[in-house]
Amino acid sequence: MKRRDFLKSSGLLMGAGVLPMLKNVPAYAAGRDDTIVVVLANGPNSMDIHRKGTNRPSYAIAVNLYDRLVGYGSKTLANGTTMYDFETIEPELAESWTLAPDGMSVTFKLRPDATFHDGSPVTAEDVKWSFDRAVSVGGFPTVQMKAGSLLKPEQFTAVDAQTFKIDFIEKSKLTIPDLGVPVPIIINSKEARKHATADDPWAAEYLHRTPLGGGAFKLERWDPGQQVVYTRFDEWKSGPLPGAKRVIIREVPSASTRRALLEKGDADVSLDLPAKDFRELADSGKVSVQGAPIENSMSALGLNMNFEPFQKKLVRQAVAYSIPYDDIFEAAAFGRGVKMNGGASFKPTSTEWPQPFPYDTDYDKAKELLAEAGYKDGFEVPLSFNLGLADWSEPAALLVQEGLAKVGIKSTLDKIPGANWRTKALVEKSLPLHLKNFGGWLNYADYYFFWVYQHGHLFNSMNYKNDEVEALVNSTLKLEVGDPAYKPNVLRMIEIAFDEVPLIPFYQPFLDVATQKNVAGYEYWFHRQLDARALAKKS
Amino acid sequence: MGGTGRLILIGRRLLQAVPSLIGIVIVTFVLTRALPGDPAAYFAGPAADEKSIAEIRAALGLDRSLPEQFWGYVIDLAQGDLGVSISTGRPVVEEIFERLPASLELTLTALVLAIAIALPLGILAATRPNSWIDHLCRVVVTAGVSLPVFFTGLFFVYVFYFVVDVVPSPIGRLDIFSLAPPRVTGFYLIDSLLIGDFETFGAALAQLALPAITMSMFVLAPLARMTRGSMLQVLGSEFIRTANANGLERRTILYTYAFRNALLPILTTLGMVFSFMLGANVLVEKVFAWPGIGSFAVNALVVSDFAAVQGFVLSMAVLFVMLNLAIDILYTLIDPRVGIEG
Repeated sequence: MKRRDFLKSSGLLMGAGVLPMLKNVPAYAAGRDDTIVVVLANGPNSMDIHRKGTNRPSYAIAVNLYDRLVGYGSKTLANGTTMYDFETIEPELAESWTLAPDGMSVTFKLRPDATFHDGSPVTAEDVKWSFDRAVSVGGFPTVQMKAGSLLKPEQFTAVDAQTFKIDFIEKSKLTIPDLGVPVPIIINSKEARKHATADDPWAAEYLHRTPLGGGAFKLERWDPGQQVVYTRFDEWKSGPLPGAKRVIIREVPSASTRRALLEKGDADVSLDLPAKDFRELADSGKVSVQGAPIENSMSALGLNMNFEPFQKKLVRQAVAYSIPYDDIFEAAAFGRGVKMNGGASFKPTSTEWPQPFPYDTDYDKAKELLAEAGYKDGFEVPLSFNLGLADWSEPAALLVQEGLAKVGIKSTLDKIPGANWRTKALVEKSLPLHLKNFGGWLNYADYYFFWVYQHGHLFNSMNYKNDEVEALVNSTLKLEVGDPAYKPNVLRMIEIAFDEVPLIPFYQPFLDVATQKNVAGYEYWFHRQLDARALAKKS
Repeated sequence: MGGTGRLILIGRRLLQAVPSLIGIVIVTFVLTRALPGDPAAYFAGPAADEKSIAEIRAALGLDRSLPEQFWGYVIDLAQGDLGVSISTGRPVVEEIFERLPASLELTLTALVLAIAIALPLGILAATRPNSWIDHLCRVVVTAGVSLPVFFTGLFFVYVFYFVVDVVPSPIGRLDIFSLAPPRVTGFYLIDSLLIGDFETFGAALAQLALPAITMSMFVLAPLARMTRGSMLQVLGSEFIRTANANGLERRTILYTYAFRNALLPILTTLGMVFSFMLGANVLVEKVFAWPGIGSFAVNALVVSDFAAVQGFVLSMAVLFVMLNLAIDILYTLIDPRVGIEG
């Protein structure tokens, strides 16, 4: 008999006589079977994704407690993991939508029976207020809306209670998909307005602590730094009702403790474990480990153009030939990823991104290229990595150091604490050689290039600048995938990235999650947070 | 020394704390600003551009000059406002108020446990030099000094939770399916007893056991060693020999004369140990997912959360000042000579 069963049964045996005494206990005690217990490293710091300083775990709040107009479909990968399908846009709060004949606006019909958690109906007015908020508050939500060419409140109109219209400033293939990301949540504007003040017109202080949504789950409890508890919203209309009545999300900072909790059966789902643990758990077969390659993401080595030797293409290629890719894949990723080396040709044939680069470990070739570039005797360079990501970057950095040493490039390891990383790597862009990983939310090569290969953009920590890439990205970003110019443009971009290698990818990492075998419905999402709506326990 | 004398002593000690507190306010402010990270860049989020970083910087008041920021900080402080922690999104005062009892409950339980083991062990070891108990004392001391707390913590979790399964899941102050008792003191053990809820009391105690034992291991060593050493010294002194020669009972000699005289250095060690513990808390809290102030401070430090770091250091400083004061007062109770010459 397990301890908890014992507690439960002894509670039952004591019977009604002691009930008044137990009044503070039984709230959660009911139904372990329809409750899902999740353990993770860090919890949300806000209930409002639009707030400044909201952290990544808070995106899960937006996903589970709020609705968006549309969502994404799902598909199953070859390894059995289910993931969202970015090519299928599905109705969520919007029942249907129609594109105007001129292609310059879209009109959404909202579900007539949808309500917020407080029971009030969801109207187009709420949608407008929420969208106005997202494009007006500045910071991350506004930048993300901009990615879909959603810039200003004038674009949004509440035609009638159930009809909402977006006018386009320009045609962009990213507009509709951008409505399915966690940012454009639909907030209960009647309630929120009650808490707005002159200083705080968007009720930021109130929404920070109190979610006002109509999503699949309601917030039962939030103890910052400790736990979040969702309860199912039984009146939810925007999709199939969640399989779990309650989801308890506990913060457990120590990875080994998270693993122990899962293996002992005290937790149903464990996130954020090191790749090594996921591999061991998968091998043990006791729990189920599901991994999907993180879309639009690569663990890679960035070469800064401000560092003199890296200005020469031959040197960058030489570096690309002196990386021990296979060892890194084994020691840093523990095989939980997709290799990005050994591509067939310098001429890409598919627009898929990321795809393997045409380099492999070849020290002789590297030495040749270095000699040709005039660095026969090599050079010295600091190799930086983010201590916050040490579990993969440290072994990778050591192996890179070893590989570079074989061709005469001396590197010294430079460990940078997490808080400082962003400033040094991304804002100042001052690290000559650094390990990085970036994943774009919208899964298009041109979107990745926009963030990483265009000059001056945040994740272009390499200070890379190529006029052809600049022009290609600008013209391609808005093109529909079906547009005749799209494929050749993207192929050309990738070809340049192959040839110029300011960024040398190692592998596309997996997002792994480990669950008890009886937990079904896990789905990988680009936002990398747990979508609890589909989770359920099989009995 | 009379009651007034003691009051004067306490008053003087309180006054002495003022410069230290002012110093701490200045030093923490300067140190947090000297941290390498840029909180604005960190909190601007994944897709931040120059503009949104600047917006965050303005929202945090970091665009103002350092003296301006400091002045604002002092004014807020005078009103009891420690600012808002950007990493948790809550006022720092609230965070500390919420988390301090968790840390104190853990620390004090561990301290009581350590005293309960270390003092008898030390006394026995001192009275029977080179006996088995003396060797045991030596082993405990060596182990306690040489094993880092996070190791002991993980080891205990592995053995007692994972393998033997005698303790509940190391997941904070209460089992996942239990609810916290209504807050009075913030100590779950006390609050649950106040409403007569023995089930929650038991659950809280079960959760507390392993982290408290882990931590007591850490402080057992200095306490036992100091007790042993101090007792040995006193037992070898002349007044004990005189007492022995006068045929006083061994118990009386040991507890009334020897132990009382050995207590001062033990008390000093206790004060030091307590401050170590508040530091060591961090690691234990991490391993056991304990929602205390230590893990809060470390998270804040990692992301350059200025207000939270300042608030943490300041409240710890106040705690230390109070602790030292308490120890000074205890000194005067144990040894009336203390304070007269000062």
